[in-house]
Order: sequence, then structure tokens, then C-alpha cells
Amino acid sequence: MAGDINQRRFFVAVMFLLFLFSASVVRAGSLDLFTGEKGDIKISGGTAHIPVMKDAARQIMNVNQDIRISIAGGGSGVGIKQVGEGLVDIGNSGRKPTDDEIQKYGLKLFQWATDGVGVVVNPQNQVKALSKSQLLEIFAGKIVNWKVLGGSDKSINVYTRDNSSGTREVFWEKALDKGEITDKANVVVSNGAMKTAVANDPYGIGYVSVGHMDNSTAPVIIDGVVPSIDNVKNGSYKIARGLFSNTKGEPKGLVKKFIDFLFSPEGQKIAAENGFIPIK
Amino acid sequence: MNKTTFAETGFLGAALLSASLTALILIFMLLFSFPLFRGGSFFTLLRTPWNPDHGLFGIYPMLAGTLSIVFLSLCLAFPLSLGTSVLISVIAPPGLAKFCKKTVQMLTGIPTVIYGFVGVFLLVPFIRETFETGSGMSILSASLMLSIVISPTMILFFTDTFESIPASYSAAADAMGASSVQKFIYVILPYSRHGIFAGLTLSAGRAMGDTLLALMLAGNAVAVPGSIFDSARTLTAHIALVIAADFDSIEFKTIFAAGLVLYAFTTALILLVRIIGGAGMKNR
Repeated sequence: MAGDINQRRFFVAVMFLLFLFSASVVRAGSLDLFTGEKGDIKISGGTAHIPVMKDAARQIMNVNQDIRISIAGGGSGVGIKQVGEGLVDIGNSGRKPTDDEIQKYGLKLFQWATDGVGVVVNPQNQVKALSKSQLLEIFAGKIVNWKVLGGSDKSINVYTRDNSSGTREVFWEKALDKGEITDKANVVVSNGAMKTAVANDPYGIGYVSVGHMDNSTAPVIIDGVVPSIDNVKNGSYKIARGLFSNTKGEPKGLVKKFIDFLFSPEGQKIAAENGFIPIK
Repeated sequence: MNKTTFAETGFLGAALLSASLTALILIFMLLFSFPLFRGGSFFTLLRTPWNPDHGLFGIYPMLAGTLSIVFLSLCLAFPLSLGTSVLISVIAPPGLAKFCKKTVQMLTGIPTVIYGFVGVFLLVPFIRETFETGSGMSILSASLMLSIVISPTMILFFTDTFESIPASYSAAADAMGASSVQKFIYVILPYSRHGIFAGLTLSAGRAMGDTLLALMLAGNAVAVPGSIFDSARTLTAHIALVIAADFDSIEFKTIFAAGLVLYAFTTALILLVRIIGGAGMKNR
């Protein structure tokens, strides 16, 4: 009998703690939006957005189990097309949708963060600054040895991303002025893989989202400007892009609340924690 | 319905389902690549380079990449596998042979991504530092790792073949005082040549179908490789890289050509195994 009572006490204590816990989570400001809501949100598109989408979805689904949020990648082009055809509720893109796309699908754009794309080399590399024309020639495969640039007498290994990458698109447009990328360049599939490749290759050069930069790779100064969050913020570093979440027409109901959450203090904090520049 | 008919219907259903799936996949790919055939561009794709920025969507570099990686990995894996299977089924004492065989069986279960990981962090830097050409992400790196992945299959296939030799042949060789090596060279090897060839062909199919290792280790460059130290892209890696593109794009349509070529290659390899297998049976 005594054991039985103890068990019951334990059960009551656990329930009490759970109650306290759920109450404390619900108190977290902007998440109040979602109380009493129910339904699905389908998201796809830009891969740079995924960490932020995942964190936001986790917080929302923690306070309300009746909401299901599914997140898929596919790249900016896929996100825009799928939201336009009504396959998903939110289509993310790491570039601004073109006027054509906006008109064709009746898209509404929501830019909730800014991101930069910076050139990186291995930390062992002595070459830490390049001029824009040198950068163009390296990626075009015209400068092929680090020696010419003041480094060691080793051939340059160029790393790039696949064509569906938004990071590649922005880099190609704004850093390379749509110039040639050598067909000898190694192709990696994500910002993470790019970091690993350049971190492991003393003679490698590549480009990653500024938000993804850390000690494993060294940022390269282009024409005197360091690719950093601060320089993207003050506009001196030009290879920057918005991170967009797009909807077909004005967002309604749950989808509108999700977008509102991205712009709330909590949502903006998630963006900042993932290395992006919040819009607010 | 009694148990037997129930089981029979079940098995028949399963067989029909898997057979029709294979056929459906072929039909699906033919359907999607039909516009390419109609435009007459299918065969052009097979011999032109890939450069979407300039309107070129050929898969020739990937074809070359696939064939060189498959060929090199077979060249590396074959001697290794033949040696190991001879050790297991002919030379080694029973205890050691059993141990080796168990180890090989265990190797077949290691997920490919583990090999890819080891390759990225150990093999690629090693190749780069040793040969001092390129980034280390190369045909050689991918082939080396791939040869380790396909070896267990090849070894098990070979040992099965070697061990299927009729006891009377083996006894006859022993009775004439043949050493184990002589027995292998004069009795087992000639008897097993079809099995060896079939094992090789199956491994070639396995190597051709692998996506992850090439994607992680070969570098995926779209230039036609000029040496084994060059970065290259396989057909499978190409499909994986392009599939995320916009469904309306020409890029997306041309990967069905890549898929169809892969399908044709694997079918040809399997047919080859059947033919060899059939010939082998007649000889016995």
C-alpha cells in the first residue's frame, strides 16, 4: 500500500512539473500566436533557410502539438515554383524572385534576414587578400598557381557548388559578374561540404554563406573588404542577398502566423543565432 | 483458401509486383526522355560537354568519369579479391579461413557513407600530399575507396565458386599428390573461370550504381578527366546534383538521359552474367 501511495505522489509531482514546464513555454511571447491553432504548414526551397525553419518549427510544435510543419530543401528555384503551383504553403528562396516569377504566380515576398557570401581559403594559406580581377581569373581557371598571388608554389584547387544552389547564384552574379567558372572546379553539395573541403585542402579556394564561416576556414579580403556580418550590415561588403520566404497571394491563417513569427523578436533571434543578419 | 494456395498467391503477387516495378521504371524513364529522342538530341547528349550557362547539356564527361572509375576500381579490387578468396578457400587452415570469411561478411554490412567519410578525411589528403597534383578529390581516390566497397561481394562470390568444385575433382588432384597451389591453378581456376567472370561483372554493376562515394570523393568536376588524378563526375553523382534543379529546366530533362544510359549499362551487365552463367552450367 505504501508503495502505491508513493507512486501516486510521484505521478502527481511529475504532472505538476509538466504543467509548470508547459506554462513557462507558453509564456514565451510571440509563441502565444499559435495557441488554439491547428493544421499543417508545408515549406520547401532554399537550403540556407533550413536551420532557421527547423528551429522555428521546433519551438512552435513544442507549444502546440496540433500544428505540423514539414520542411524540405530543393533550392530556391524549386521553392518558388512549388509555392507558385500551390504544392507548398511557403517557398523559400535565397535570391529575390524575378519580376516574371512574382507576376506569374502572384507571389508575396517576405525577407526576414540578410546573408553574405564570402570567399574562403584554408587557414594555412598565406594568401588572405585578393583583388576582384584576381578572383575572377582564379575562378575562370586562368590563374592556376598560388605562387602568382604570393603563396606557395602549388596549384589552386577551385571548389564550387551545384547549379541549383542559391549561394552559387549570388556568388556568380555579384562576385564573378556572371563570369566563367572553370569546368575543372570540384563541385560540392552544401555549405557544410564546402567548409569541410576547404578546411581539409591547404590549396583550396571556395565560397560559403557568411553565416556559416568559422575558424576552420579563413575569409579572404576582396578589394580591401573583409566578408563579415558587420560589413554586410553596413553595406561595404557587396556580395549579399536576402533570405526570402514567399507565399502565393497574401498569407492567411496559420501560414500568416508562421511568417509573423519569423519577424517577431523570437524569430529574429533564431535568424541571428544561425549566423544571419536579422532584418529588424 | 488453404495455406498453400495463400502462400502461392502471395509469392506470385510479390514476383509480379517487383517485375512490373522494374518495367514501370523503364517506361517512366523512356517517357520522360522521349522529348530528347524526338528532338534527335539524345545521341548528341552522349558526346557533348555539360555547360548549362552556354546551353550545353551533354553527359559525355560523366560517361567518361563513370567508365574510368568503374574500370579502375575493378582493376584494384580484382587482384585483392582473388587473393583473399584463394586464401580463404584453398590455402589457409580452416580456423583462419573461417575468421577471414566472417570478417569479409562483416565488411559487406558497413554503410557506404562510412567509407566516404574515411575517404574525405584520410584518403583525399593522403592522395593530395603523395602525388602533389590536384586537390586529392580524384578518380583515384574514388576508385580506391570503391574497390574496398565492392571487394567483399567479389570475394564471397569467388569463394562460393571455388568451394562449389565437385569433391571428386578435388579428391583426384589430392590423390595425384598435387599441392594446394597446384590444385588451385590446374583444377579450381579453370573450373571457376565463368564464376570469376560473373563475379567481376556483378561487381562492375555494383560499382556503376554507387552514388555516394563518387559524390564525396571524385570531385564532381564537369571537365572530361585527363588522368586518374583529375576530378571527375559520375552519371549517378550527376543525377544527384542536378535533380534539385527546376522541373521545367532542360537540365532536369537531360538527367533522364543519364538515367537511361545507367539503366542500359546495368541491364547489359546482368544479361552478360546470365549468358556467362548459362555457358558455365553447360560446361559442368
